[in-house]
Amino acid sequence: MAHTPLRPDLAVIAANVTSGARVLDVGCGDGALLAALRDGQGCDARGMEIDAANVAACVGLGLSVIQGDADTDLAIYPDASFDYAILSQTLQTTHRPDLVLDQLLRIGRKAFVSFPNFAHWRVRMSLLWNGRMPVTRLLPVAWYETPNIHHLSVADFREHVRTRGIKVEQAWFLSGDKSCSDAAANFRAEHAVFLISR
Amino acid sequence: MTEPAPDFTSTLLELAEPLPLDCGKHLENARIAYETYGILSPDKDNAVLICHATTGDQHVASPHPITGKPGWWDRMVGPGKPIDTNRFYVICPNVLGSCMGTSGPASAAPDGAVYAMRFPVITIRDMVRAHVALLDALGVERLHCVIGGSMGGMQALSLAAHWPERTLRVMAIAATAAMPAQNIAFQEVGRQAIMADPNWQGGAYYGTGKAPDAGLAVARMAAHITYLSEETLGEKFGRRLQDREAKSFGFDADFQVESYLRYQGAAFTERFDANSYLYITRAMSYFDLAEDHGDAEHVGRLADALAPAKHVRFCLVSFDTDWLYPTIESRKIAHALNAAGAPVSFVELSAPFGHDSFLLDVPALDQVMTGFLQR
Repeated sequence: MAHTPLRPDLAVIAANVTSGARVLDVGCGDGALLAALRDGQGCDARGMEIDAANVAACVGLGLSVIQGDADTDLAIYPDASFDYAILSQTLQTTHRPDLVLDQLLRIGRKAFVSFPNFAHWRVRMSLLWNGRMPVTRLLPVAWYETPNIHHLSVADFREHVRTRGIKVEQAWFLSGDKSCSDAAANFRAEHAVFLISR
Repeated sequence: MTEPAPDFTSTLLELAEPLPLDCGKHLENARIAYETYGILSPDKDNAVLICHATTGDQHVASPHPITGKPGWWDRMVGPGKPIDTNRFYVICPNVLGSCMGTSGPASAAPDGAVYAMRFPVITIRDMVRAHVALLDALGVERLHCVIGGSMGGMQALSLAAHWPERTLRVMAIAATAAMPAQNIAFQEVGRQAIMADPNWQGGAYYGTGKAPDAGLAVARMAAHITYLSEETLGEKFGRRLQDREAKSFGFDADFQVESYLRYQGAAFTERFDANSYLYITRAMSYFDLAEDHGDAEHVGRLADALAPAKHVRFCLVSFDTDWLYPTIESRKIAHALNAAGAPVSFVELSAPFGHDSFLLDVPALDQVMTGFLQR
């Protein structure tokens, strides 16, 4: 089955999931990543998604997806029932990102977490020079209707996992579809992808 | 309906072996009336079993022999439709206890007299046992999918739990794994209405020229309300009066909604047997998939009941305006299947028609159905 190219952060995740792994994609959207993992890597790929139309689209792709909310419905999964739990571009939309991270690491042996970096220089500039909440390529929605209610930066995430004793196995930083270095990430990365474990 | 059901056009299977039942008895010479659509593939791998709801029948996509109305799921089943009969061999049996050709209280017992209340009390699993006997007779070892809404969904879940090797997929729409107390309560009202009708005669009304039509109509009226949403009733009827300018200050059907319910109740008695209504609703109130594994309130136990089906793909659908089998019931099943490790999809669709949404025009349901059956 032919797939359209994955979003850059999803491509990073797909490239780093082991073949045949059991995967739960939380906030799986239209199922693009799940379908790629199933068809390309033979994964047992399942999803959770809040939007009914997206769930219907996933079922249409032959995927197993449950309509649910990352904030409240992750409790239904047994401990360590997946090799990987994935949360892409969703952390910043949850009510309690800290608790969602705990759930991910309870359900999955490891977790991929990707999020837009709010400390990217364009965002900083927008806020500094215009004094306005930034509307950028990656954050295209105005403050009053954005689903992103808990913005965070690469530095915030690093600090959070350090204080919670969560291990960073690997991290990828993206600017467009190019990667950028670890050191400059908090300034130059638009997207961050972390692979974490307990 | 006063007389035993006549022979309809449906194909009849007479079981050679007595059918064992959950109550411990056996049903001799059990007959199953069924319809099929499409062609069974040489590998016999394209069969889809559709299980009908409480007062449904085998005429899922063909006209009803009494009312002449199109099949009850005509919009879903047929060539090029979501359950595509160009591709699938669709089997739809009339359930055990019903009155459309399959053995029920209106059928003749082995002694030649009508069963009436001598018909054994049956369960949802007994209905499915009859379905499995039909699959055996048709040479279908494994279904592509078993599909059902409402009581049909209960049968689909029961088949998965008790005969998991017989299907690859389960689609349960607006269903439950255990009949909630509120639904047991509504059905008890219906049964009491029938049994309070003097024409019921302890169930032995066949051949007397009198049937408990009044009681059956009241049962249908009460049930019909539970199938609709408040929104539907409000939009369709509101407080509008029926064929009159002012209230009559009497007990005639002043309101349109009253007239509608009376019509629905009366029309129902033309096509359904009161004793069948007693037996089928009893089977539903007894339904609790997890009862052999502790109580259904405990998700772990329902997960145990569904564990044998962990290789089966499930799709559960609920509707946001369905207060009879609300979303929470489907969610409980989804949680249990998750715990059992079965591949499960679950979605709550938005539709205005209450429990009846599964029978009506909900394009999102068509999309989910098409996709789930596809691969």
